Amino acid sequence: MMKDSLTLLSRIPAHPDSRCWFLAWNPTGSLLASCGGDCSIRIWGKEGDTWVCKSVLGEGHQRTIRKVAWSPCGNYLASASFDATTCIWKKNHEDFECAATLEGHENEVKSVSWAPSGSLLATCSRDKTVWVWEVDEEDEYECMSVLNSHTQDVKHVVWHPNQELLASASYDDTVKLYREEEDDWVCFTTLEGHESTVWSLAFDHSGERLASCSDDKTVRIWRQYKPGNEQGVVCNGTDPTWKCICTLSGFHTRTIYDVAWCQLTGALATACGDDAIRIFEEELHSDPHQPTFTLTVHMARAHSQDVNCVAWNPKEPGLLASCSDDGEMAFWKYQRPEVC
Amino acid sequence: MVGVCLAGGGALENANPLIYRRQGERPVTAREEDDELPDAIDDREIFDLIRSINDPEHPLTLEELNVVEQVRVKVNDAESTVSVEFTPTIPHCSMATLIGLSVKVKLIRSLPERFKVDVHITPGTHASEHAVNKQLADKERVAAALENNHLLEVVNQCLSGRP
Repeated sequence: MMKDSLTLLSRIPAHPDSRCWFLAWNPTGSLLASCGGDCSIRIWGKEGDTWVCKSVLGEGHQRTIRKVAWSPCGNYLASASFDATTCIWKKNHEDFECAATLEGHENEVKSVSWAPSGSLLATCSRDKTVWVWEVDEEDEYECMSVLNSHTQDVKHVVWHPNQELLASASYDDTVKLYREEEDDWVCFTTLEGHESTVWSLAFDHSGERLASCSDDKTVRIWRQYKPGNEQGVVCNGTDPTWKCICTLSGFHTRTIYDVAWCQLTGALATACGDDAIRIFEEELHSDPHQPTFTLTVHMARAHSQDVNCVAWNPKEPGLLASCSDDGEMAFWKYQRPEVC
Repeated sequence: MVGVCLAGGGALENANPLIYRRQGERPVTAREEDDELPDAIDDREIFDLIRSINDPEHPLTLEELNVVEQVRVKVNDAESTVSVEFTPTIPHCSMATLIGLSVKVKLIRSLPERFKVDVHITPGTHASEHAVNKQLADKERVAAALENNHLLEVVNQCLSGRP
């Protein structure tokens, strides 16, 4: 039975009377940060079998907090807000204090992401720009680069898991990739194919592939081809080409707001405006250059309203958290079906 | 929200709009009076929610300007979906996004939260149809617009009914 592969563990009113926009696990998977339309961040930890609120970070922002991101060391949390600022929170035992406020975007900051080294941070905004910030040892943040490649609202930024490569998704229906070049950052390629806003992105554990999800109700999987590749994919100079190798269409009935690629198991989860959570698995022995993905879970009515975010725990295989416009977050246990 | 030009600036864009006759009050049916039977939400009920919204530049309702019509309202109570098409009075109307936002906000505030509310421009009736539809469908931009006090005040004025 398909449904048995995803089991609800618990459901919590994380941000009552407002939207819960986003969730982020810390690197050890022991804490989950949530944020929402009530301008607060909550930090959740497990006590016995239940998830309890360990702290509320309520003073930093005046408007909706759209996304949060943990630093790779787990000691800092960054929050992106519609108030045009990004706050950096420093963890001090169980408490968090605001260590820095990054200003510069003209309007709503939509997303924030730390590079794997922890020394770079990226933010993006409705002002169409992506900013790369450098972090020094004294918690000072300096803007290194303002990237103007997108022609519209930038919805999401995410770093490659092991290279200094940045990806962004936009209302202009494209994904752009950036790399460093002589102390500056440059856009080296644009991934075109989506027919409407690209809402979110996720790299797989190796960083060889990138998943993107869109208002066009599809998920696309892109693969990196380096110069001189055996498949004969043409590259521009020394830059790799990212080619769409798979499109998941016909599964979702409304906007797909988030996609998450489990770094431990390879399962791909989506959060959709039709209130459902879906999970896809790559078929065994599938051609790596033309893979086939199978829908293994379609959890209709996973929430009572739009699902905004899905997040795999980084240490416990199959533990998935989700959140919704109804203000709730839910914890799920996923088991890959045996016949798959 | 980008594209909502609220300044207006002096002259009315459409100084002499056609004015349409309003529908009468909805007759109450026997079924609705029976408390034992569930009342499904129908097209007329949705239309009743939006017909009295004020136009941003005329002292007239969206119904009187034929911007909204009952035939352009589609509701499916079982599937919790509502779709409304609205027709700007002129194809270059800069108020189109604001009108669409007002319709959307009215329905989001009035209907049970399970409903998915889609608001579109009647196909072929506005120069920036695709751009306006895309903005209205983007809930993140709608949420940000509604945190803008000035814009919220203008929307609330449209929704306030006749003085």
